[in-house]
Amino acid sequence: MHPFSYTRVSDTGEALDAGHRGGRYIAGGTTLVDLMRETVERPEVLVDISGLPLDEVTVTERGGLRIGALVTMAEAAAHPKVRTLYPIISQALELSASAQLRNMATIGGNVMQRTRCTYFRDVTADCNKRASGSGCAAREGFNRTHAILGASDHCVATHPSDVAVAFAALDARVRLTGPDGERQVPFADFLLRPGNTPQREQSLRKGELITAVEIPAHPRPLTSGYLKVRDRQSYEFALTSAAIALHIRGGVIREAKVAAGGVGTVPWKLPAVERHLVGERPSAPLWAAAAERAAVGARPLKHNRFKVELLKRTVERQLRIVGGTK
Amino acid sequence: MLVGSGDAVAAGPAPSSPVSLTVNGRPRTVTVDNRTSLLDLLREHFGLTGSKKGCNAGACGACTVLVDGRRVNSCLTLAVRLEGAEVTTIEGLADGDQLHPLQQAFIDEDAFQCGYCTPGQIVSGVGCIREGHTGSPEEIREWMSGNICRCGCYVKIVRAVQQTAGRK
Ligand SMILES: Cc1cc2nc3c(=O)[nH]c(=O)nc-3n(C[C@H](O)[C@H](O)[C@H](O)COP(=O)(O)OP(=O)(O)OC[C@H]3O[C@@H](n4cnc5c(N)ncnc54)[C@H](O)[C@@H]3O)c2cc1C
Ligand code: FES
Ligand code: FES
Repeated sequence: MHPFSYTRVSDTGEALDAGHRGGRYIAGGTTLVDLMRETVERPEVLVDISGLPLDEVTVTERGGLRIGALVTMAEAAAHPKVRTLYPIISQALELSASAQLRNMATIGGNVMQRTRCTYFRDVTADCNKRASGSGCAAREGFNRTHAILGASDHCVATHPSDVAVAFAALDARVRLTGPDGERQVPFADFLLRPGNTPQREQSLRKGELITAVEIPAHPRPLTSGYLKVRDRQSYEFALTSAAIALHIRGGVIREAKVAAGGVGTVPWKLPAVERHLVGERPSAPLWAAAAERAAVGARPLKHNRFKVELLKRTVERQLRIVGGTK
Repeated sequence: MLVGSGDAVAAGPAPSSPVSLTVNGRPRTVTVDNRTSLLDLLREHFGLTGSKKGCNAGACGACTVLVDGRRVNSCLTLAVRLEGAEVTTIEGLADGDQLHPLQQAFIDEDAFQCGYCTPGQIVSGVGCIREGHTGSPEEIREWMSGNICRCGCYVKIVRAVQQTAGRK
């Protein structure tokens, strides 16, 4: 680990000052300390933001949900409002990492976490994300867990977060504060596809701080849930996952929100699946036909071809679970 | 006391900071190299070698301790951040010669072989019971999944946690 100086801040202004001077925020530390030990991350100044008052879950005026950036994964998952309004978020969180990690890790840190690509984590390997222009060892390497959607010639790494998939499905917004004031970014624009600049992962400006993730109100009744498929039953990242929320009224699907994880360079929205569902009545053939559209545009690599079929089946199964089989 | 990080020595003195915390009820004040993990502080400097280093990356649970009553991975916790914190390790669970009920249950159930994962399992189990995730063997398995056992003692570990929770 490279040496760093450490400073603790107690209000947002102080944090932004330190961040603007090049300090690196640390929340739960479960991504950052791990990657610092691997010397993938080499911050010179750590700014401890855990004392900031960004640790509340609130229901917004319109019936949406605001989850403070410093709410831990465990607290968010267990929060009664989260459980009743958006069980999909609790499920995605409780299927993430371990109880210990969820006690430490925060919502802000979670959406900021970096890829688990083994070449990214190995400082002796070529990786454009870590060392711009060095190449991508995963493209021709062992890429079983890598992305089939949203990749570029420069990077094929997945975004590993589970709850980010639920946030993407629910059209969440990321609330930010920075030297130039506050702003909100739609979740879909917050995490960036690699393109030619895989080292840029978020549309975050220098020194900007995430203050909360906000879920807009969705028409009720809403049924939602998260399904995660992985190599072992727990404490493992997704090979594929599906986050689905359905608004069904009068026997007809009025609104469908569908996103997939484990398959994209960012949490992957599935608008083709959503379009196929809206206006229809729930049925097993409908789920199958909609899920058939889940892998539109997929470009598998040598070792991850299985993800194409697995993704469709994951979406179909989760449609059945959330929407019923009638 | 100045406490090093166990890292390769960098050119010049690495930044360090004072921190006061309580470990197993005993107040401690140290100056730590900022890079020092709680796990290294406990093992290398306080002589509390019960907490184990398996992966040093959050992926095994051998280093599990309680910080302010919550189970965490001490390998991913920077000691410098623990100002005012209360840390409980496996060494702090017993009451004098009286083992913690979960420690006794691990012995009664024969819930270990090599024992390397055991301190982490027990501290994590204490957290799991406190959190109330012991309704069924399946629930215990899921909420104890952050602790890997290479010897595969899971069946008996689950039994020990379940019995202790039931006795409460
Ligand atoms: C073994 C293991 C298994 C895991 N399994 C899963 C899993 O199955 N699913 C899953 O989703 N995740 C998993 N994770 C990842 C884990 O969820 C993340 O490490 C965690 O959520 C990061 O949050 P943190 O608060 O610890 O972030 P930190 O490590 O503190 O920070 C991460 C990054 O975010 C930045 N940051 C933090 N907070 C803010 C803020 N408010 N504003 C701006 N920038 C900020 C930091 O500067 C840093 O760059 C796993 C991790 C480990 C180690
Ligand atoms: S040593 Fe900390 S989790 Fe493995
Ligand atoms: S008893 Fe050997 S690793 Fe668990």
